[in-house]
Amino acid sequence: MFAFVGGARRSLSASLMLAAATLALIGAAPAWASEAAVAIGSLYEPQNLDNTAGAGQGINEAFNGNVYEALFRLNDDGSVSPSLVKDYKVSDDGLTYTFTLQPGVAFHSGKPLTAADVKWSIEHVTSADSKSSRKNSLKPIAAIETPDDATVVVKLSSRSISLPYNLSYVWVINDQATDLQSHEDGTGPYALDSWQRGSALALKRFDKYWGAKPENDGVVYKYFSEATALNNALLTGAVDVITSVQSPDSLAQFKDNADFTVAEGKSTTKLILAYNDRVAPFDNIKVRKALARAVDKAKLLSAVWGDYGTLIGSFVPPTDPWYVDLTKVDGYDPASAKALLKEAGYPDGFSFTLDTPNYDPHPLAAQFLQSELAKVGVKVKINVITPNEWYTKIYKAHDFQATLQEHVNHRDIVFYGNPDFYWGYNNPKVVDLIKQSEAAASVDEQTAKLKEANIQIAEDAASNWLYLYPQIVVSKASVSGYPVNGLNSQFFAFGIKKSAD
Amino acid sequence: MLIAIAVLFVLLRLLPGDPANALVSVGADAAQIEAARRQVGSDLPLAEQFVRFVAALARFDLGASFVSGVPVIEEIGRRLTVTLPLTLLAFVSAIALALPLGILAAVKRRRWYGGLISIASQLGIAVPVFWIGILLVTLFAVQLRLVPSSGFPARGWLDPLAALRQLALPVLTIALVMAASLIRYVRSASLDVIGSDYLRTARALGSGYREALVRHGIRNGAVPVISILGIELASTLLGAVVVERVFALPGLGSMLLIGIEQRDYPNVQGVLFISTLIVLLVGFAADIAQRLVDPRLRDHAIGGRT
Repeated sequence: MFAFVGGARRSLSASLMLAAATLALIGAAPAWASEAAVAIGSLYEPQNLDNTAGAGQGINEAFNGNVYEALFRLNDDGSVSPSLVKDYKVSDDGLTYTFTLQPGVAFHSGKPLTAADVKWSIEHVTSADSKSSRKNSLKPIAAIETPDDATVVVKLSSRSISLPYNLSYVWVINDQATDLQSHEDGTGPYALDSWQRGSALALKRFDKYWGAKPENDGVVYKYFSEATALNNALLTGAVDVITSVQSPDSLAQFKDNADFTVAEGKSTTKLILAYNDRVAPFDNIKVRKALARAVDKAKLLSAVWGDYGTLIGSFVPPTDPWYVDLTKVDGYDPASAKALLKEAGYPDGFSFTLDTPNYDPHPLAAQFLQSELAKVGVKVKINVITPNEWYTKIYKAHDFQATLQEHVNHRDIVFYGNPDFYWGYNNPKVVDLIKQSEAAASVDEQTAKLKEANIQIAEDAASNWLYLYPQIVVSKASVSGYPVNGLNSQFFAFGIKKSAD
Repeated sequence: MLIAIAVLFVLLRLLPGDPANALVSVGADAAQIEAARRQVGSDLPLAEQFVRFVAALARFDLGASFVSGVPVIEEIGRRLTVTLPLTLLAFVSAIALALPLGILAAVKRRRWYGGLISIASQLGIAVPVFWIGILLVTLFAVQLRLVPSSGFPARGWLDPLAALRQLALPVLTIALVMAASLIRYVRSASLDVIGSDYLRTARALGSGYREALVRHGIRNGAVPVISILGIELASTLLGAVVVERVFALPGLGSMLLIGIEQRDYPNVQGVLFISTLIVLLVGFAADIAQRLVDPRLRDHAIGGRT
């Protein structure tokens, strides 16, 4: 017996020693009390701090506009406005952009911002080893010149009407900064205070910020791997606001409770059934149209999201300037779906494999599609895969018949202008329209071209666009001033106010 | 150990997918994908990847994460500061619960509460650990607001009270599940002791029932229980994977899960390597503890040598 109790004591004292060792290991306590900061709960922890190296959407949520700023800012309402640029001029041929930088801007390390930093930052994204998904959109940039410290001249090889928009993704970083995967040196209203991998990232107000002072002293992003844990954290007051609610079931506990505010914004996340348009039978436009008509999308949306979310008739959400209501092009009509299948040479239907990502809402949507399409004689085999497999099998190898996927980006209709994209949609007219839209001389011209492209992809039923997700932010009632649309996963923290509960 | 490493390496590579995928996103072109594959080495032949991995391991170099670029050993060290206290505290609490209850269940097996303990422990074994975690959160965190529902303080153990508060529910969750299965072993070991000849002899020599049990019984009963404890401690470490997820704790388990999702091989291999090592060490420690408690096992070992 004595040996036994002694054993237990030993492990107890071992754990105490371990705790003491841990204390020593972590080092000095930060002077600032992060406990008083606004706590933002999120499911998307960044895996590193560099948005050109596979950090995931979490880094945009935490850092865009908060820690790093760009020449332009994509505002929460979808408009683009100058940020680090004070003023800019475009030459008549649209090929030379001259940017004048804001005066008096300093990096968190104290170094003043100069044109050389901007040049370095843009080249950081366009460089050979950049993994930025934005690299392609900056291809027209031929040269960057810095005639003086406050001026950046960008020369283009072809017109690029979206250049300011595309530059809103390019963080301006101190050109002397190193180890960007675990440190930062930006110009934003907050500086990184501490990052505890796997749980939290704390941002502290930067006192020498050139712009308007943030409404709070600092914010802490707290990360969760599970929606239930995140909701419980809000319920118990461990976080003040949740960046986006991913499951409608959990909304009930917040909706009818005066302690919480449920805000619905505008999302750009689309759930789509993407066919491989290269292979039979999906190379046949009639088959694609038939499948679009065979699915009662309103029923699917209400099954997944209840009263939330929006139906869409193409890839373009209502917040994009080139939105047109196309939901009637291939509205729900199982009878005409059957007729179209007969015309296409499939009077008895056919069967196909649907590669389905293993996380919500894809499995549910796949089952719904299976039962809807069975009614018109089309058999669906559901093949569940992980996101990583999806990338290898579908995105890279194009080895699939059809797949489900959520597309989160803003202004991403341009994917339909790339015949090499995974879904293999290739209509030369659309490719041309999208190319012309980028070379447009005015925003009106760009909008007109993209509207035309948008209508065309809908007429071609290029993919089966199921619905647009809702964007729901839930907070304590005492917290206000947060962004509700979260375009491109951004979550500007500087306006958040917390009144005493 | 070497076999474990090889099996681990091959099994990981059998998973479809590519670690380079974690580095690029939708919108990347073929050249960017190839560059990412070169960076993580997934474009090399498997055999070459394996040789490199073993060679690095021989220098005790677990490499750096593909995704975050942080050295694996550093990240594991940081995460062990959550997982080890969690496991050890849960282990100690489980023993503290299981020992008295298990012995009670054996000694008073004919009373109603003896039976109740047995039934409760059977139930505890049958219920999945995450479910107990969720129930405890709903009760103690959401309803009663006694402890935080999840997470770990930003300052970690610099804030020892907050850290302990955060660990309270996860520790309780693991301790309950572990105690449930321990109680069975303690009970059956105690039953063996109670029915044994030496105990009857001790009673015949004039000791009271209680004295005989404490003096002779517990030491004898402890031997089989200790070997079970070794196994249980190892499985607690693995059970922490699930519990850390439910409670959003930045421990080894969450590192493993994210690593698998992203095919971040260095992280996954590192975590599995270290945990295999810990499991082996625990088994070894349990062996030694058994010998300390039971002189017969010790004599046996010495006898074998001479």
